[in-house]
Amino acid sequence: MEAAFVYGTAYQFVLTTEIALLESIGSEDIERAHLYFFHCNLISDLTQQCRRTLMRQPLTTLNIHAFVKTMKAPLLTEVAEDPQQVSTVHLQLGLPLVFIVSQKATYEADRRTAEWVAWRLLGKAGVLLLLRLTSWMTVTLQISNIKHLFPFRKRDSLEVNIPQHTNVVFRRAEKEVPLEFLVLTDIDSIISYVEDNVEMEENKDSDVEDPDLDIQDDEVAETVYRDRKRQLPLEVTMELTEETFHATVMASDSIVLFYAGWQAVSMAFLQSYIDVAVKLKGTSTMLLTRINCADWSGVCTKQNVTEFPAVKMYKKGENPVSYAGMLGTEDLLKFIQLNRISCPVSITSIQEVEEYLNGELYEDLVTYSSVSVLGLFSPAMTTAKEDFTEAGNYLKGCVLTGIYSEEDVWILANKHAATLPALLLAKHKDGKIESIPLAGTPAQDIVQIITNALQETFPEITVENLPTYFKPQKPLLILFSDGSINPQHREAILTLVAQKHLDSFTPCWLNLKNTPVGRGILQVYFGLLPPLPLLVLVNQHSGGHVFAFPSDQSITEQNLALWLKKLEAGLENHITILSAQEWKPPLPAYNFLSMMDAATSQHATGKAPGRMKEIDVQENDKERHEDKLTVKKEPVETLRIKHWNRNNWFKETEKSLKPHTEL
Amino acid sequence: MGLSAALWGPLGLLLSLALPPAVGAHTHRDYCVLGAGPAGLQVAAFLHHAGRDYEVFERTPAPGSFFMRYPRHRKLISINKRYTGKNNAEFNLRHDWNSLLSHDPRLVFRHYSRAYFPDAGDMVRYLRDFADRLGLHVRYNTNIVHVTLKKDWQAWNSHYFILTNQKGQVYQCSVLLVATGLSVPNLVDFPGSEYAEGYESVSVDPEDFVGQNVLILGRGNSAFETAENILGVTNFIHMLSRSRVRLSWATHYVGDLRAINNGLLDTYQLKSLDGLLESDLRDLAIVKDAKGKFHITLGFFLEETNASRSADAIPLPQDDNDNFAMRVAYDRVIRCLGWKFDFSIFNQSLRLSSGSEFSKKYPLIRASYESKGTRGLFILGTASHSVDYRKSAGGFIHGFRYTVRAVHRLLEHRHHGIPWPCTEHPTTQLTNSIIRRVNEASGLYQMFGVLADVILLKENATAFEYLEEFPMQMLAQLETLTGRTAKHGLFIINMEYGKNFSGPDKDVFFHDRSVGHTEDAWQSNFLHPVIYYYRHLPTEQEVRFRPAHWPLPRPTAIHHIVEDFLTDWTAPVGHILPLRRFLENCLDTDLRSFYAESCFLFTLTRQKLPPFCQQGYLRKQGLVYTKSLQQHGVESGLLRDYATMGQVLEDSSRQPGDQEPVNQPLGTGHLIHLDSNKEEL
Repeated sequence: MEAAFVYGTAYQFVLTTEIALLESIGSEDIERAHLYFFHCNLISDLTQQCRRTLMRQPLTTLNIHAFVKTMKAPLLTEVAEDPQQVSTVHLQLGLPLVFIVSQKATYEADRRTAEWVAWRLLGKAGVLLLLRLTSWMTVTLQISNIKHLFPFRKRDSLEVNIPQHTNVVFRRAEKEVPLEFLVLTDIDSIISYVEDNVEMEENKDSDVEDPDLDIQDDEVAETVYRDRKRQLPLEVTMELTEETFHATVMASDSIVLFYAGWQAVSMAFLQSYIDVAVKLKGTSTMLLTRINCADWSGVCTKQNVTEFPAVKMYKKGENPVSYAGMLGTEDLLKFIQLNRISCPVSITSIQEVEEYLNGELYEDLVTYSSVSVLGLFSPAMTTAKEDFTEAGNYLKGCVLTGIYSEEDVWILANKHAATLPALLLAKHKDGKIESIPLAGTPAQDIVQIITNALQETFPEITVENLPTYFKPQKPLLILFSDGSINPQHREAILTLVAQKHLDSFTPCWLNLKNTPVGRGILQVYFGLLPPLPLLVLVNQHSGGHVFAFPSDQSITEQNLALWLKKLEAGLENHITILSAQEWKPPLPAYNFLSMMDAATSQHATGKAPGRMKEIDVQENDKERHEDKLTVKKEPVETLRIKHWNRNNWFKETEKSLKPHTEL
Repeated sequence: MGLSAALWGPLGLLLSLALPPAVGAHTHRDYCVLGAGPAGLQVAAFLHHAGRDYEVFERTPAPGSFFMRYPRHRKLISINKRYTGKNNAEFNLRHDWNSLLSHDPRLVFRHYSRAYFPDAGDMVRYLRDFADRLGLHVRYNTNIVHVTLKKDWQAWNSHYFILTNQKGQVYQCSVLLVATGLSVPNLVDFPGSEYAEGYESVSVDPEDFVGQNVLILGRGNSAFETAENILGVTNFIHMLSRSRVRLSWATHYVGDLRAINNGLLDTYQLKSLDGLLESDLRDLAIVKDAKGKFHITLGFFLEETNASRSADAIPLPQDDNDNFAMRVAYDRVIRCLGWKFDFSIFNQSLRLSSGSEFSKKYPLIRASYESKGTRGLFILGTASHSVDYRKSAGGFIHGFRYTVRAVHRLLEHRHHGIPWPCTEHPTTQLTNSIIRRVNEASGLYQMFGVLADVILLKENATAFEYLEEFPMQMLAQLETLTGRTAKHGLFIINMEYGKNFSGPDKDVFFHDRSVGHTEDAWQSNFLHPVIYYYRHLPTEQEVRFRPAHWPLPRPTAIHHIVEDFLTDWTAPVGHILPLRRFLENCLDTDLRSFYAESCFLFTLTRQKLPPFCQQGYLRKQGLVYTKSLQQHGVESGLLRDYATMGQVLEDSSRQPGDQEPVNQPLGTGHLIHLDSNKEEL
């Protein structure tokens, strides 16, 4: 009705609900409202049918206005100037222009084609006949593959070069976008090209404008949600309440999982926790319990638990110990198992010491602790013992520690060539026993010695252990292998380690069989999954350069040493640089402030637009444009809405905040 | 909360004049509390727990003397909800309007009464137990009859409060906490007002009203409570008040007329003789006729007829206007006009004045509950209601128990250097902290618009401090009041009703009253959490000149968590996801959680890690998925099954800005993704 009011003098507006009439017009979908423009002024005889154009856009006032305007515009315009300089109503309405390139010789035929195209594209694009005049057609470019669409960027010259074979020039409504010079064989391909491009823009439009904010993009939240209907065997763990908590943890050694029923990370971990309970069922003296802090928040706060999930171990007569390992079955199981014995455990005979060191004493625990640690003290060394005990306590659940301090300790000292007090480190993998003197070493340093001993020189890197090896901030030298590692390769690297060539690196290897995500890593490095094994140097901490050891060379000590030298000298080219991109919000948020503004300022028409990103746009305009990666190509419509919003914002700010201004 | 303080007052004053205290013979206390009602005991409990030097002075021999007499008909209208279906004690306090806050789980009101609307006697019993169990220092039978100031530059506030009791004993206090409630019945002065019986003394025996015509002045809960009691035996009850009745379910203010007392509204609207009238009481006059019946007339009629008070001679409105509504004679007139604060004991030097026209019955105080006139003088409890009169619950136990705690926290910082308690968390816990509080916090829920949680961001927004229940009107002074710094931006968590939802004349049952879609959350009408984000702490000017109807100055960004029928804001997509997006966009970071495998991938393929990986995985606390969770992840397209990843790969590293992180086709993995798409459709 608004349109009829505005254009009523120029056009006749007719409203019909007559189905028969609609069918005779040939409406495809009479369920929906349609707008047709009948070009009746072109005919003189009423028996003739008027040509008609269907409006394809949704029926909004703005669209109708644009549509009527394009109907009013000349069907075909002839130009002989630079297509970039031409301006018609179409551009103002955000519609593209199609230039049919014509020459004197073919002018008549071209004109007919152009008119035909113009009718077909009426309301979608402006059509112009571009006369190719020799005067400005100075240079023709050599284009090797003329059949392909060739985007041609116009630089700051007044001369425009139209490639020789071009017959159609396409100009988008957006400024800055270069002209497209096309070679199209028939009218249909012109039409479909234009329609494709226009439609594509519309689609993009809606994509950018309406990313669905309500689609979960948090992998933990989504997986937990999808799994919500699966029944977990929760009964394998004991559920605690405010009433039962104290009685339970006082009565027996217990592990308590503090979680919140509404929190996804908690609930993901609860699954692993239940798995642990199932695995330990009937074998452990440790009681596995859980308490839902969404119900019993008072208990959790009193236990100093303010973040979920949290695991604590309560043992009689001891302070509760917080579990600080990975939130997964394996690490938690290890923690619980190693805590079955005290830490450090007292060993009372030489015989037992032998069994302890070769892993027989705690056979079932050795799988959880690659190293057995034993402190040797003569009975009088009380402070040294205390320090060691403190260190052992600290390492609870990480490693097996034992203490021996009988009168006959000198036998062991002699056997292992140790000066008391001493530390014996039995590595079960290679059966080696190392001794380290402990005289005057404070507990903290003992912890450090043991933690270092737990680290391997050439470890297999896994999801679980990467943080340990990543901590020293050295570049990682990773050998990717599909399956176990070639012993020769291992030898080569170990030799280099022994020769101190790799001191500034953390050498490691990755088994794709155990750590399939390695494929994802290789994909980022190489794009394609390269042949394995493959050696890669990753320097996350300075610059993010990734270097690959040439795949045509065999991984030998010499080749490696040479490659590393070249690397050091800067003679090697990196294969990729790790993205330094910051972790920005994955999607905008609802901008309630602008919605509220829109509502109060009475400008709101229907759904109030607004996304939080606009705040950023205002404030970081410059920054954003500099950083090309973050600048999304925004279609005109979105930008327009944004400007509208922004104006609105400022207006509203002025109005409602007279005493002071924000921003 | 002593009602007869007014009676005791003059007598005490006489005594103190008769026996002037010996100079210097006084007891010093850091904190003196006037009144052992709920507010007095509540602040005493906090002071006691903190080990402060304090004393409570109570006029009567036991705590809670107000409740020994009031409400006259003994039924409390504060709900005692014993079952909520939830175990969370903090949450349950949302629906327990009678308990005070303490660390003793036995001191919860539901152990004292089974009634939903409990008997006032149970409250007396509860308060006595509260004082006894916690061993609070209360000096009973001590009526403070005079309070004055003594300048002393060494005092905490450069002056001491000098309290004199009825025996002339003197106490010197560094801080004075006044919790005397509203103890003086409101009187309206009009000719014949002396004929009206007061709520405080009127008979509560319905037998005394049989076959009578009763006029009640007032339209508050005490008026309706009185009416309710005699509704069945009177001829009719007329209720007269200056303004229209305000129903608490329409205004969302618990001080307005509660549904439990509104039987008279029912009979009025159904034309059963009872009725409601509006008129300014000050224009009225009551005339007693020879038979002892009362007639209503207008004040200026009396002025015209000089002082000759012969009832029959006085003109009545019905003389001119023969259908005047109140032309019948009444047997009784009952005044139920509420109470006001007793200002009489405070010396002028304290400059304790009454509030504006609107809240005349309350002393004037700041949003920090400190008197505007005197530093170190705090008003607690019912008398502090001017801060949120007709808005929130600050005048009632279930509201002021929290404001009292806030005052105590302010004092702990001001005088003992203990900053406002807070917990510190990494940014990854931001969403969790908010969700947890909006789902269980009772102080936010009851004291909506008054107390708000504050999140102070640390530098670079890697961590934050969480402060609970800060008086939000004092936001500009947050740093000096709490001892915390707010240099790097802050969030305020408040609970709000819809802006135009509540009001005495609003229809709160209209068709589209509730909102379900997250994008319409800002239009939520029922109480829902609102989060304000400020880059900088607002200034005093900004707080004072905030836009109309806004509880706080205009923020940089705002988020409404959509109202929830069950007030359970834990829906992953409906509540948590939009909140996370809001927080992410305020902090310009990615607050998603990731499994250890994803973090592993990021660690080796990117220079920067999302906070969740940085604060969890890299500290060896990564989250490992189980088989079934991984499967769901692959199906949803959020995780990739690397084990089945093929040889032909395209470059499709996951970008944080990607909308569909891993949905790009890749080799044999392609098939899986097609499958998953199908499932999603």
